[in-house]
Amino acid sequence: MSTPILQVRNLTKHFPLKNALGAKTGQVRALDDLSFTVHKGETLGIVGESGCGKSTTARLLMQLIAPTSGEVMFEGKAVGSRDLPLKEFHRQVQMVFQDSYSSLNPRLTVETSIAFGPQMHGVSEREATARARDLLSRVGLEPARFAGRYPHELSGGQRQRVNIARALALQPRVVILDEAVSALDKSVEAQVLNLLLDLKEAFDLTYLFISHDLNVVRYISDRVMVMYLGQTVELGQTEAIFANPLHPYSQALLASMPSMDPDHRTEAPPIAGDPPNPINPPSGCRFHTRCKFVQAACSANAQQLFASKGFEHHVACEFFELNANKNKVFKEKANQPLAETAL
Amino acid sequence: MISTPLPLSIAPVEQSPGYWSGVLRRFAKDRVAMFAGAVVLILVILALFGPWLTPADPYQSSMLKRLRPIGTDGFPLGTDELGRDMLSRLMVGARLSLFMGITPVICAFAIGATLGILAGFVGGWVNSIIMRTIDVFYAFPSVLLAIALSGALGAGIGNALLSLTLVFVPPICRVAESVTSQIRSRDFVEAARASGANAFAIIRVHVLGNVLGPIFVYSTSLIAVSMILASGLSFLGLGVKPPEPEWGLMLNTLRTAIYTQPWVAALPGLMIFITSMSFNMLSDGLRSAMDVKQ
Amino acid sequence: MSPASSATSAVTIENLRVTFAGGAAPVRAVNNVSLRVTRGETVALIGESGSGKSVTLRSLLRLHPAKKTQMSGQIEVGGRDVMAMNASELAAFRGRVASMIFQEPLLALDPVYSVGDQIIESIQRHMKVSRSEAHARALKLFEQVRIPSPERRLAAYPHEMSGGMRQRVMIALALACEPELLLADEPTTALDATVQIQILLLLRELQSRLGLSIIFVTHDIGAAVEVADRIAVMYAGEIVEEADVRTLMRAPRHPYTQALLQSRAHGSLAKGTRLATIGGAPPDLANLPPGCAFAPRCVHVEPACREGSIAIAALGPTHQARCRRTHEIVWQHTAAAKA
Repeated sequence: MSTPILQVRNLTKHFPLKNALGAKTGQVRALDDLSFTVHKGETLGIVGESGCGKSTTARLLMQLIAPTSGEVMFEGKAVGSRDLPLKEFHRQVQMVFQDSYSSLNPRLTVETSIAFGPQMHGVSEREATARARDLLSRVGLEPARFAGRYPHELSGGQRQRVNIARALALQPRVVILDEAVSALDKSVEAQVLNLLLDLKEAFDLTYLFISHDLNVVRYISDRVMVMYLGQTVELGQTEAIFANPLHPYSQALLASMPSMDPDHRTEAPPIAGDPPNPINPPSGCRFHTRCKFVQAACSANAQQLFASKGFEHHVACEFFELNANKNKVFKEKANQPLAETAL
Repeated sequence: MISTPLPLSIAPVEQSPGYWSGVLRRFAKDRVAMFAGAVVLILVILALFGPWLTPADPYQSSMLKRLRPIGTDGFPLGTDELGRDMLSRLMVGARLSLFMGITPVICAFAIGATLGILAGFVGGWVNSIIMRTIDVFYAFPSVLLAIALSGALGAGIGNALLSLTLVFVPPICRVAESVTSQIRSRDFVEAARASGANAFAIIRVHVLGNVLGPIFVYSTSLIAVSMILASGLSFLGLGVKPPEPEWGLMLNTLRTAIYTQPWVAALPGLMIFITSMSFNMLSDGLRSAMDVKQ
Repeated sequence: MSPASSATSAVTIENLRVTFAGGAAPVRAVNNVSLRVTRGETVALIGESGSGKSVTLRSLLRLHPAKKTQMSGQIEVGGRDVMAMNASELAAFRGRVASMIFQEPLLALDPVYSVGDQIIESIQRHMKVSRSEAHARALKLFEQVRIPSPERRLAAYPHEMSGGMRQRVMIALALACEPELLLADEPTTALDATVQIQILLLLRELQSRLGLSIIFVTHDIGAAVEVADRIAVMYAGEIVEEADVRTLMRAPRHPYTQALLQSRAHGSLAKGTRLATIGGAPPDLANLPPGCAFAPRCVHVEPACREGSIAIAALGPTHQARCRRTHEIVWQHTAAAKA
C-alpha cells in the first residue's frame, strides 16, 4: 500500500509588497492553504500556469523560503523540528532547477560541484569525488571525459544531467524536479526523461515533478495535481485526470493543448483571457472570473478540495457534476457544423 | 603505505583549462593591456630597486646646478630647484608614489569587499545598515573627502593613507554588494543551501570565487585615482614631507620653476599621468579578459 | 524566376547561406536554404535550437549585423529584392511590407511609451495619415486582435499588461501598416498554455481574414500544426523535409522528422515505457561534417550518407526531403493523436 513520505499541510505563502519607504502596500498571495501528500515511490506531477504557485511550492518544500504558515512533514516528522533537523531533511529531499546553467557554479568543475553536497555532510573529499564520478557515469556522462569540465563547456542537456547527479549525490529519497526538462530541446528532453525513469528505478526514488508541459507530466506522473492561482483545483490519478477532468479549469487547460492532428485543429479557444494577477486574486472560487459554468455562488464561496468517485480523485468545484452535464451539451454543440463559430 | 579501502580509485581525468587560464590567454592577446602591464612592471621594479639603480644621489643638492634643462651633461632630465638630479629623484619617487597609490586601495579592498559581500549575502537589515552608512560617505566628492579627512587628521604619510582608504571603501563596498547579491540569486547558491551547507561554506566555495575577480578588477581601476589623490595631498602638503621624493610633492615644489624650466617642472606630472593611465588600461584589459559569456 | 510564380509567391528564398564570423571559427548557421511561400499561406519552420530557423527568419528582414554576417543567395519578398536593398529602402520595407513578432514582447516593446503611442508612431512613419486617423486605426487594430476595452488599453504601458495581452499588442503593432508578410519568431513559447492557444487561433483568424502570408518559427510541433498549411523541418541550417501539414504528420520520410515525432512524450504511452530518443547531439555549426549533417545520429545511416552533400528530392507534389534513403524508410505510425 502507499505510504506517505512527504506531507504538506495548509501551506501558505504571501509575499508582502512594500513601497519605497518600506510600508506594506499589499501582498502577493502566491500560495494559499495548500495540502497534499506524496506517496513513497510515486511520481506526483504538478501542473499549472505562471502564477499558480507551483515553483513557490517547490521552494517552500525545500525550505529555501519560509512559509507564512503551514508545515511540511517528512515521514511523519515535522521538518525543522528536533526530530528532523533541516540538514538531515536536505539529505533526504533534493531538487533539480529549471535553468541548467544558473544552477551550476561556473568556477567549479563538474565533479567539484557534485561532490560539494556530500562533503557538507561529513563525507571525505576523496569519497565524495569517487561518488561524483560514479554518479556521472550513472547519468550517462563518462567521468574520464566530463569530471574535469566546467559548466560552460557542456550542452544544456549535459548540464541538466550534471544537476541531476548533484541532486542524487546526497542519496536522497525524494527529488523535486522544478521544470527540470522545460528548457531543453525536444530530442534532449526525451533523453533526460528516460534517464529520470531509469534513475527512479535504480535508486528507488520518489519524484515531485513540476511542469507546465501537460504531455510530459502525463507521461511521467502517477498522480497529477492541477493548480490555479495558489490553490489546488484538482488532484487524482493521471489517467483519471487526463481522461475525465472534473474541474472547469482542468478541462480548459487540457483542451488548450495544441492538436497534433491537422484534421482536428482546435476550433475555438477553450478559455479567454490571461490568468489573473495573484496580488488581488478573485474572491470565492478564484477561477470564477474565467469559468464558463460560473454561477452566482461561485464568487462568494471559496471552494474546498473534496473527494469524488472514491478517494482517488479530488476536485475543488462543488458544481462539477452539474457542469459535466452542461459540458456534454456543449460538446454536442461543438460537433454540429460550424456556422456560428465561424471565424 | 596502507592501501585505500575505497572501492573506487580516483583516476586522473581530463582537466579542462580553468577560468583563470582562459583569462590569462585572452589578456595576453590584448596588446594595449600587455603594454600597460609592461609599464607597470617597470614602475614596480623602479619602486623596489630604485635607490640602487639611480645614477646620482637623489638627495644631493647643489646651489650651483639649480634648474638645469633636460639633456644637461650628467643630468639627463635636468635638475630641480635645489639642484638635485631629476632622473634619480623620479626613479626613487616611484617607490613612495606607488606606495601611496596602491596601499589605500589594498586596505579599502579588504574592508570594502568584506563589508560588501556581507551586506550582499546576508541582505535584510544587515544590508541596510552597511549600505546606508556607506551612502553617507558616498555623498561627498572623493577629492573633497580625502582633503577634509587628511586636514582633520593632520599631515603625514600615515594619515594620508588612512584618509585615502576611507575614501575608497564606499565604492568598493558598493560594487562588492551588487555582484554578491547577483550571485546570491543564482540557482547554484540555492542548490548549495538545499544541500544543507552553512552560510560560511557557501560563501567560501560558491560566492568568493565568483565575486572576488570583479571586485579586484574594479579596485585596480581605483589605483589611478588613488595615485592622483595621493599626489594631490602631497602637493597640498598633507602627505609626504620634503625632502622625500614623491611625484606630487615634486610637482608642488617645482611649480615656481614653471616659467624658467617648464619641461623639467612638468616631468613629475608626466610620471603621474603615465602611471595612472597604465593602471587604467591594465584594469580595462583585465575586465575585458574576464568578461566572457560562458 | 517566371512571372507567373512571382505573382503568387509572397516570399522566395533561393540558396540562402548565412555565416557568422567573429568567433574563433565561422559559424555556418544557414546552409543553402530555399523556400517559397505563396500569398495567403502559413509556413511553419520547425527545428531545435541551433537549427537555423530563427536565423532564416531574421534574414528576411536583414536583421543580422552586417559586419559580422556573410549572407549569400536570393531573398524576394512581394517581388522586391531584399538582398539588394540599401539602408533607407530597408527601413521602408521593415514593418511596411514585412513585419515581425517576437517571443518576448516585453523586450520588443518600448517601456517608456504607451502601447497606443508606439502603434501610432509606427503608422505615421510608414503612412501619410493624421494623428487622429492613426489613432482610429490603432483602435481598430486592437479590436481586431481582440483586446478587451481597447480605448483604455491604448493608453497602457507594456509592463501594465499580462503576457498574452502584450503579445496581442505586438501583433497589432506588426499589422499596423498592413504588411503582406508576417514573420513570427516563437510567438507563443513564453506564454501559458491557455493563452498560447488563444494567440495561435488569433493568428490563424487574422491570416485568413487579411490574406496574410505568415512564416511561423517554432520548436513546438503542436503549435505548428495549429496554424500552418505547410511545415519545413530544419536541422543544422538546412531544410531536411518540407510538406503540407497533413503529409508531414502522417507520412514523414526524413529520419530526423520521424525521430522528432517519435521522441515526443504523448498520452498514449504506457506507464514506464521509455521514449524513443535521438542519440547524440546536434552538430557544431562551426565544424559541420561532410555529407548529411544528421548522419552521425541517424539510425538508417549507411557509409554513402557521410560523403558529399545530398540534394533535396521531391517525393510528391507538395513533399520533399533531403535524404538518400527515403524510398526505403517506412514510417511506423504511432498514435500521436491529441489526448
